[in-house]
Amino acid sequence: MIKQNTSTANEAQPSCLIELSKVSIKLGSKQVLSNLDLQLHQDEIVTVIGPNGAGKSTLVKTVLGLIKPDEGTLFRHPAISIGYVPQKLHLDKTLPLNVQRFLSISGQSFKSGDIKAALSHTRAEHLLASSIHELSGGEFQRVLLARALLKKPDLLVLDEPVQGVDMNGQSDLYRLISDIRDQTGCAILMVSHDLHFVMASTDKVICLNQHICCSGHPETVSADPAYLEIFGNAQESLALYTHHHDHRHTDSGHIVSDSETSILENNHSSNERSHD
Amino acid sequence: MIEIILPALIGGLGVALVAGPLGCFLVWRRMAYFGDTLAHSALLGIALGIAFSVNLNLAVVVVCVLMAVGLVFLLQQRQIAGDTLLGILAHSSLSLGLIVVSLMKSRLDLSAFLFGDLLAIGNSDLQAIYIGGAIILTALKLLWQPLLAITVSEELAQVDGIPVAATRMALMVLMALVIAVAMKLVGVLLITALMIIPAATSRRLSSTPEQMAVKASFLGCIAVILGLTLSYSFDTPLGPSIVVCSTLIFIIVYSLPFKSLI
Repeated sequence: MIKQNTSTANEAQPSCLIELSKVSIKLGSKQVLSNLDLQLHQDEIVTVIGPNGAGKSTLVKTVLGLIKPDEGTLFRHPAISIGYVPQKLHLDKTLPLNVQRFLSISGQSFKSGDIKAALSHTRAEHLLASSIHELSGGEFQRVLLARALLKKPDLLVLDEPVQGVDMNGQSDLYRLISDIRDQTGCAILMVSHDLHFVMASTDKVICLNQHICCSGHPETVSADPAYLEIFGNAQESLALYTHHHDHRHTDSGHIVSDSETSILENNHSSNERSHD
Repeated sequence: MIEIILPALIGGLGVALVAGPLGCFLVWRRMAYFGDTLAHSALLGIALGIAFSVNLNLAVVVVCVLMAVGLVFLLQQRQIAGDTLLGILAHSSLSLGLIVVSLMKSRLDLSAFLFGDLLAIGNSDLQAIYIGGAIILTALKLLWQPLLAITVSEELAQVDGIPVAATRMALMVLMALVIAVAMKLVGVLLITALMIIPAATSRRLSSTPEQMAVKASFLGCIAVILGLTLSYSFDTPLGPSIVVCSTLIFIIVYSLPFKSLI
């Protein structure tokens, strides 16, 4: 959905797509989420961070309507279209599928022109005829992202979208995701472990540990004691290892220097040693 | 000779046509053992059908559908692993069926139901196979997209607004129907083989799900023709003959030196 009203930071409230109020969820006898409030607005990137078992995926599934809250209410704007990129998708190798066919399997029937457009949006058009079983982690994520974009989503939900992707691929994917927000004005709800991306490109961070420990603008959150208690150490190592590449790789592996690209600088963190 | 073989041939080709595509779903969804369990419960259906003098095909369909529904619900609990549960139900329903059959006064030719019988195929069986087969293929054509979608990912399908539970149930009912129509020919113990082996063979020759389904039907038909010939020439039991031929085709296709399609 192309955004209709360009919302700026000064505007009071861009239209609310999803609202969770006082949501609690139990899985079996385990309390997974308790008393959770969350609003998602157009043109906003909200990132959920938190330790393992914090209920991040449960939160995502609740927003998607896959899990019903035990308590509290879930409001979803009527006629909202949601694109979903799951944490992992296991496809059995006995199912012969190429990318084009994979993208055409869903509730609606898409024209091949739309499929190509979605793939080129995620810079994966060269994969159209490839078998889905031969894609690398990063390529597969691009295809999944294209699949989500096919529905022209008002809300894009991504559950750890860079899992199994190498470091350069990760920053490319993250850049792609924030480009998508800029171009389409859709809201994005994402679970991420990459604190660097979270701090750089997110409008709002939610630090989750069964309940919302703290939330708000990245700068506010990173100073919050509740955040530091969980991510304090990671933050230090980030500062140590932040480094800068003077070039980036295109999808086909060619090296492009930063000055040749109009895309943002490839500034990312890693646990590897810097090789500048 | 032709009067003996023709009904079995016509019936067998009908069965192979529907078993291929459904077998693909068993393979894709890793449900081979699920199919086995359904098939084993078919014997219970036969026993109950005879005991209450109901149409045998109907009895088998009803028992298989009930079993499928029950399995779907039972498999959702997390106490016992799925394969253990299927193992328990497959063998207990088979055993229960055997006990009910043995208690009946008129002794049945059990081996015909367990392994299939070339000579047992009559006109009414052919009718059942082709009416059932037409229903199954029509339903498959109508439900093909949602069935593929839930096979790729039930979670994504649900987000896309596909009625996942209903589609899954439809697949179970279709499998119950296939088992009912194939039972007379190959017997309850070997039905899943006729579904899975051609589908698995077809995988190496196919690059789309549709190709795989169609080629599985075709490979199944070849296995039926070869199996019938074997059964007639050497007086071997029909079901096992078809299954062995199917396996031979599988071995040949997988040992031929060409690049597998992916």
